[in-house]
Amino acid sequence: MRRFNKIFTVVVLLFLYIPMIVLAVGSFNSGMDIAVFKDFTLDNYHELFSDGVLLPLLLNSVIVAVIASAIATVLGTAAAIGINSMSPKLRKLSMSITNIPMTNPEIVTGVSLALLFAFVGTLLKINNILGFATLLIAHVTFCLPYVILSVMPKLHQMDPNLNEAAQDLGCTPVQAFFKVVIHEITPGIISGALMSFTMSLDDFVISYFVYGPKFVTLPVEIYNYTKKPLHPKIYALFTLLFAVILIVMVVMNLLQAKDEKRVRDNKKAFGRKKVGA
Amino acid sequence: MSKELIRLVNCKMAFDDEIVLDDINLYFNDKEFLTLLGPSGCGKTTTLRIIGGFIKPTSGDVMFDGVRINDVPPHKRKVNTVFQKYALFPHLDVYENVAFGLRIAKVPVEEIDERVTEMLEIVSLKGFENRRVAQLSGGQQQRVAIARALVNRPKVLLLDEPLGALDLRLRKDMQNELKRIQQAMGITFIYVTHDQEEALSMSDTVVVMDKGRIQQIGTPEDIYNEPKNAFVADFIGESNILDGVMLEDRLVKFFGRRFKCVDAGFEKNEPVDVVIRPEDIDIVPPDNGHLCGTVTSVTFKGVHYDTIVDFKGFKWLIQTTDYHSVGEYIGIRLEPEDIHIMHKSEYSGMFGDYSSYSAEYDEMDDPDLYPEGEEETAAEESEDED
Repeated sequence: MRRFNKIFTVVVLLFLYIPMIVLAVGSFNSGMDIAVFKDFTLDNYHELFSDGVLLPLLLNSVIVAVIASAIATVLGTAAAIGINSMSPKLRKLSMSITNIPMTNPEIVTGVSLALLFAFVGTLLKINNILGFATLLIAHVTFCLPYVILSVMPKLHQMDPNLNEAAQDLGCTPVQAFFKVVIHEITPGIISGALMSFTMSLDDFVISYFVYGPKFVTLPVEIYNYTKKPLHPKIYALFTLLFAVILIVMVVMNLLQAKDEKRVRDNKKAFGRKKVGA
Repeated sequence: MSKELIRLVNCKMAFDDEIVLDDINLYFNDKEFLTLLGPSGCGKTTTLRIIGGFIKPTSGDVMFDGVRINDVPPHKRKVNTVFQKYALFPHLDVYENVAFGLRIAKVPVEEIDERVTEMLEIVSLKGFENRRVAQLSGGQQQRVAIARALVNRPKVLLLDEPLGALDLRLRKDMQNELKRIQQAMGITFIYVTHDQEEALSMSDTVVVMDKGRIQQIGTPEDIYNEPKNAFVADFIGESNILDGVMLEDRLVKFFGRRFKCVDAGFEKNEPVDVVIRPEDIDIVPPDNGHLCGTVTSVTFKGVHYDTIVDFKGFKWLIQTTDYHSVGEYIGIRLEPEDIHIMHKSEYSGMFGDYSSYSAEYDEMDDPDLYPEGEEETAAEESEDED
């Protein structure tokens, strides 16, 4: 039985990662045909880095991802603190409302955002409202729930008396947040920010509806490429993207493991302090 | 008598429809050690939080030095709090935890160093400056919490069951320590506890609370010797509480017999509650007894035996150093000063009958007493056994 489990796990992982492996292998292939591995080469990478179109688009994607995740992190943290201080009834309601956009089909979110922007554009008499701003707003919108969801448990875990103790010792509520509370919820904020960054970096569906011709992100442009045969330099690009996301996820998991250990240690030390409830 | 510092005037507190504090009127004197004592849910912590500024009373006034402070936020009040679970800042070491308030107040660095060092010495934590708080034992964390509050030289220190998480031995040591610190610093301590022994041994004044109301205010001696109603008599120590009738001043009738007592000022033939403390009762041979009964249960308690005696169906608790075996027929004598008379109250008939006595009577069934951590481990262990 145990043997079967092991084999099963390997098979599942293989299926999950085979496409990526094929892509990575293809990125080092000197031939144009993905099915035949001719020679090992770094030419595709060389070509990618001397490409005048793809790299600026990658930069666009990174710019949007950085700004969108930064805004979403600040807004989401503030929202989580607000929601956490609500009465239990309101809190539950707010969390449900927060969760809906995450389960909502992306295409629905994309279309409805596009409609909203068109509506606002007409209202403000702006032609071609779609551009960097609309793209950014859309990205912040779908990143926000992820930040709230990763900060909330940290706030919940925190001893509520910590905030009161800080105020008791002379902090204004704002000081209490920056001097005490933020230290307790930092792990949640970081994982929320990283998740937002990865979500924003590779978003296609929603971006496709709200981008404008003046500011195109990488995933959107690549979609246009797929209509004709793909050049292997795209494989190289995807392999790099995958590597970046993989590194971000590994860092996030390591941070989480470290934080869990810290919480466990504190729990041991404080004995009766309620953790993880 | 020293001057009045804090006064609560007609303070009411309601969460939704639940009334937590019902018309509290209370004043606190300067340099006083005052204890709010009562079972969980009696409103004692709520009272403390109102003084600390963490909640506002639904109605009524909070006065500090004659000024109404209802709307003054916690960080502007000259009080500091020691929280039940200490609430030390986990990201700071011991020194920085203690220095926290001074840094916020922008006290010069040299003075901070001086005051923190002095404070750590007072709470016997010299040499622990650079420890992380998670590395400290419960008693040490407790002392950091006290130092962190006292270093700001507050006029009033609020303590919310600060010893609740410590084991018995440590609790006793800390009781003495707290009393010593309070006297040395000369500031007002407002102390919340459900432990009657703690309240009696530390306080200048004890305020007994139940159901959001003050039941009695007095010195520890007053509260113990002259309880105002059956609740106080039962909550503070052990009491046999009987129905009686006050025939005239200094003469009470119960169990069909007349007894001399020292109480006066009741109406003629007024029904009263009669309190007899178990340690005041003398056991004598049946021939010399005012009342005679049969021993039904004996429990060894170390210093004394808890002896339950059945007098015509009503069971009394008697604490005696002499052993009397179960089934023995004994007599008791009651001197006038052993008998304390109380007016009837809403609590009459609820306490003071040991008919359903069990050896565990003195362990309060208060969930707050048991650290959550222990409950969790207990649950985990039982799971493991499965």
